[in-house]
Amino acid sequence: MLTAFLISVGVLCAINTLLALLMVLAEATIGNYGSVRVTLNGRRELTVDGGKPLLAALKEHNVFIPSACGGRGSCGLCKLTVENGGAPLSTELPWLSPEEQAAGVRLSCQLKVKRPLRITVPEEWLSVRQFAARVAALRDLTYDIKEVRLQLIDPPTIDFKAGQFIQFEVPPYALSDEPVYRAYSIASDPRQRGEIELEIRYVPNGICTTYVHRHLKEGDPVAFNGPYGNFYLRESDRDILFVAGGSGMAPIKAMLHQMAHEQNPRRTLYIFGARARRDLFLLEEMREFERRLPRFRFVPTLSAPAPNDGWTGATGLVTDVVEREVSEVSALEAYLCGSPLMIDACVNLLKKKGLPEERIFYDKFA
Amino acid sequence: MNPQLGWLTVLFAAVFTNNILLTNYLGMCSFLAVSREVKTSLGLGAAVVFVMTATSVLNWIVYYRLLVPLHMEAFRFIVFIIVIAAFVQVVELVIERVSETLYAALGIFLPLITVNCAILGVSLFMVIRQYTLAQAFGYGLGSGLGWLAAILAMAGIRQKMAARSRVPRGLEGAGITLIVAGIMALAFMGFNGMVNLN
Repeated sequence: MLTAFLISVGVLCAINTLLALLMVLAEATIGNYGSVRVTLNGRRELTVDGGKPLLAALKEHNVFIPSACGGRGSCGLCKLTVENGGAPLSTELPWLSPEEQAAGVRLSCQLKVKRPLRITVPEEWLSVRQFAARVAALRDLTYDIKEVRLQLIDPPTIDFKAGQFIQFEVPPYALSDEPVYRAYSIASDPRQRGEIELEIRYVPNGICTTYVHRHLKEGDPVAFNGPYGNFYLRESDRDILFVAGGSGMAPIKAMLHQMAHEQNPRRTLYIFGARARRDLFLLEEMREFERRLPRFRFVPTLSAPAPNDGWTGATGLVTDVVEREVSEVSALEAYLCGSPLMIDACVNLLKKKGLPEERIFYDKFA
Repeated sequence: MNPQLGWLTVLFAAVFTNNILLTNYLGMCSFLAVSREVKTSLGLGAAVVFVMTATSVLNWIVYYRLLVPLHMEAFRFIVFIIVIAAFVQVVELVIERVSETLYAALGIFLPLITVNCAILGVSLFMVIRQYTLAQAFGYGLGSGLGWLAAILAMAGIRQKMAARSRVPRGLEGAGITLIVAGIMALAFMGFNGMVNLN
């Protein structure tokens, strides 16, 4: 009985070991592509371990490609152009338009590096870095929005354009068993390079927002990478219309800091939408910007003020206020940040008013 | 069970009367997930045909030449699973190395079907029904072809449905697919009685 038992266990272990050995051997011989050269934007040469997905290989060389799903091919964010990558795999097709397929766009998480590749990524991704930081302060802006101030440790400073975002890394905890990345706009002044501020709204059962609202404490170490995004103030002398709702305040606030430094003379209207008085925040800061920027006007609007709010300001949705306040669009640029619903409604309204689409910039919370 | 059945008969039966998907309802998850387009279904189906045929033969050898002599029949579940997993992994590496076209068409589906219960099911049925090696080969190949036929039919139906049917909202996706699969299974019952594998 005992011998039979031991034989079974022994044979099972032997089969397992044999198959494992076989796979290790196969990996080392068939799956070994040696070192492969990747040429980045025609000027930087990287030598990466062959056989890995491009996304992971680039990350090892501190080239960070935006990706929200961690390389499973389910978010479609990690697109880049590969000159000699061949046809996309069927796992990539749902994310690539026919034009992109023709241009050689691939999902870098699906493309394995097996031969020298020539790739092109947007120039601004090359300034993307991985940062180690520490929570310097946490502050409740409203009952459901927290301001998170992060002090940078390694590297100690960051250069970003006002309006850009970072990807915050949530370590594994009760709600997720692997690291999760979520994008948040930087709310702080780009000149203040050693610290960044994020504004994070609580979403019930949101992996990242629950972590930030329920678990994060002052002094905790955190990691993020960035900066990303092309939502930033364009150089021109057109009037500016900012529209934001909720934590869409963040990138606009960074832009206002920048404008205040430059003593920007452009006529600027900022319409901020909230439901009730308790959803408004940073009003003092906005009044301060109004003092520092003579042509800047801040208009908060409440869509459903509570009876005891004593609200005397604008009411209605942001689109109602845009309808009332914006009449002349010939010298206007619009910057929108908030929920997809709000943005779609504003874009439609502004287009109807005659504002060309290429002068509407927005950052949608997905 | 029925040693006089030729391997071709077993193959025929596995496609029609004992279709692994439509009579045993095995391999459902990838069937539901990938049956949206005929082209991808063909790729996945071909991968299933190949893996099923190869693993049923491999597992037959492992079972009758290794597990039975050592009285380790009870371990067949775990042994079959790891044989399938290792085989699929190695095949994926080889395909990736040898041909990019083949990898794009077939290789990317391989990790998906490592855990496909139909593959394990075929190996287990082959033991229960006491097939010979030739019959096991026929059964593996036939089940693979049957699975391929089922997913192709489903993908064709779903493509047509997407273009012209108004599916009630609550039934979109997996809901209507399961109903259609049920009706297809009824149709396949029409083949019953031609050959009986059990």
